[in-house]
Amino acid sequence: MKKTSTPASHGGGSSKLHNTRIYMQQHWQLYVIFMMPAFLLTVIFRYIPMGGIAMAFTEYNPIRGILHSEWVGFDHFKRFLSSPDFLRYLMNTLKLSVYGLLWGFPIPILLAFLLNRILSKKTKQKIQLVLYMPNFISVIVLCGIVRILLSPTGMLNALLGTSTNFMTEPGAFRTIYIASGIWQGAGWASIIYTAALSNASKELKEAAVIDGANIIQQIKAVEWPAIKDTVLIQFIMSVGNIMSVGFEKAYALQTDMNMETSEIISTYVYKKGLLDGDYGFSTAVGLFNTVINIILLISMNTIVKKMNEGKGI
Amino acid sequence: MTQRKKKSEFAKLPAGDKVLLIIGYVLLGLFVVAIIFPMVYIILASFIDPITLQNQGLTFDFTKWTTTAYARVLENSQIWVGFGNAILYSVLFTIISVVVTLLAAYPMSRADFKGKGFFNTIFVITMFFGGGLIPTYLLISNLGMLDTIWAILIPGAFSVWNMIIARTYYMGIPRDLQEAAEIDGATEMIYFFKILLPVCTPIIATISMWQFVGMWNSYFDAMIYLNSASKQPLQLVLRSILIQNQPEPGMVSDMQSTAQRAQMAELLKYATIIISSLPLLVMYPFFQKYFDNGIMAGAVKG
Repeated sequence: MKKTSTPASHGGGSSKLHNTRIYMQQHWQLYVIFMMPAFLLTVIFRYIPMGGIAMAFTEYNPIRGILHSEWVGFDHFKRFLSSPDFLRYLMNTLKLSVYGLLWGFPIPILLAFLLNRILSKKTKQKIQLVLYMPNFISVIVLCGIVRILLSPTGMLNALLGTSTNFMTEPGAFRTIYIASGIWQGAGWASIIYTAALSNASKELKEAAVIDGANIIQQIKAVEWPAIKDTVLIQFIMSVGNIMSVGFEKAYALQTDMNMETSEIISTYVYKKGLLDGDYGFSTAVGLFNTVINIILLISMNTIVKKMNEGKGI
Repeated sequence: MTQRKKKSEFAKLPAGDKVLLIIGYVLLGLFVVAIIFPMVYIILASFIDPITLQNQGLTFDFTKWTTTAYARVLENSQIWVGFGNAILYSVLFTIISVVVTLLAAYPMSRADFKGKGFFNTIFVITMFFGGGLIPTYLLISNLGMLDTIWAILIPGAFSVWNMIIARTYYMGIPRDLQEAAEIDGATEMIYFFKILLPVCTPIIATISMWQFVGMWNSYFDAMIYLNSASKQPLQLVLRSILIQNQPEPGMVSDMQSTAQRAQMAELLKYATIIISSLPLLVMYPFFQKYFDNGIMAGAVKG
């Protein structure tokens, strides 16, 4: 984020304060009408729950409230980290998103390069219409589609001539999750690269063609530089979201039989907290997840900054 | 004429490029087919008699075709309750969310706004850090919002990401417009509503579409905050039919045997998928022109 220095900032301390007050009086509408709703919503629904994180360190009792619940320090964290399931949930979460990133991240970029090579504008638009379509299907419907197509009597088994129930195979869960994610999201995710590519200088590209550059050389010299920054930003953002794998989809693809691979931290937090009522413990697990996520984001941003001559987010 | 020109362009390419292009087009074609194929399969399957579908799969023997699944789904009141609620929640949420977000983006777009750094920090922190599921749930509960429409509409109404996108878009509007407005002595309100917003319709349409589709397709908040059957949005109704394998009462209860009920429940899924997805899939091409510019606006500077 860019910070702009205010015109009044060169003044002395007290006159600066004075200027600010005059500014706020003159522009009260900016604060009261424009800013207030968003500010209140943020404070109430984002910051007050942050205070509730304290319950991660208590044996939270809803009747007594946070302050009067028994203080247990790091017990919940110890319990979670030492439980035999901890490593499994963590690895399930990490594998789901890291594999998802490895498979899912390059495909939209490839799609954008391919779309950029289509000469007819109309054909391109028609293909884009199809590519974007799955994005408008809801998670529930997507998972419903997956379930019926992969059921023992479904399309896939009919094509293969088998009758495997893929939804109860722990080994199939990640493939199902990631492949259906690519099916639904790759086209939509390519928009941002398509847009960046269409901004690539036409003259540069024509010059490259006249110079006899082949497609690979054109991509290297013109197209890749045009989308490089976008790719980097998207990559940092994806890494920052590694621990926040979508709850909605994982939960909708879970069956009793595939828990071994499909139970991830967010579904576990939901079950422990809202279904079992173990509030303190659930909050602790959620906090653990958030902290790992932030560490990943910051380290990724630092690495990219170093590699990319100081440019990060 | 243009067709011939293109052909000759292709013919002029070096051999390596031709091979690359052909491989590329084949890949793209495969991807398009992979997207369309399951959809077509589901559309066809939804019309086939359940027993035939289970035993033979797809058939083009039209005597085995039936619209009974559609009739059963459409006759079910819970589906309509779900549709009604989904429309209500999505429309209200879009309005509230877009108003709050567009308003907040305006001061944030002004170079002279005092307190910008403060608000920016406050907002951006929430993109990466939050209280998590349980503290938020307890807050909603303590505010008495459980099982009310407000639990769905209010907590997520302000989107920092959309605010940044709107702000970036405002900043791209030529400053002359704003200076002219200030010389005329126009207040912020008049400038914002009369001059700024009318030239921002592309970004408003984009954000509205995102919020509408997002609300229409989500189920988590409704699942944890709403209990009453009468308040369930479409996605929760779909969840019990498609995911939990529990067709709404009345959809299959007239069938004689368990096997028949199971087959009908399976067929109902196909019809349910089509009926529930149709509205958005039909509407979405009309919004297509807004996709690129909206996303670009966000991409210029995050």
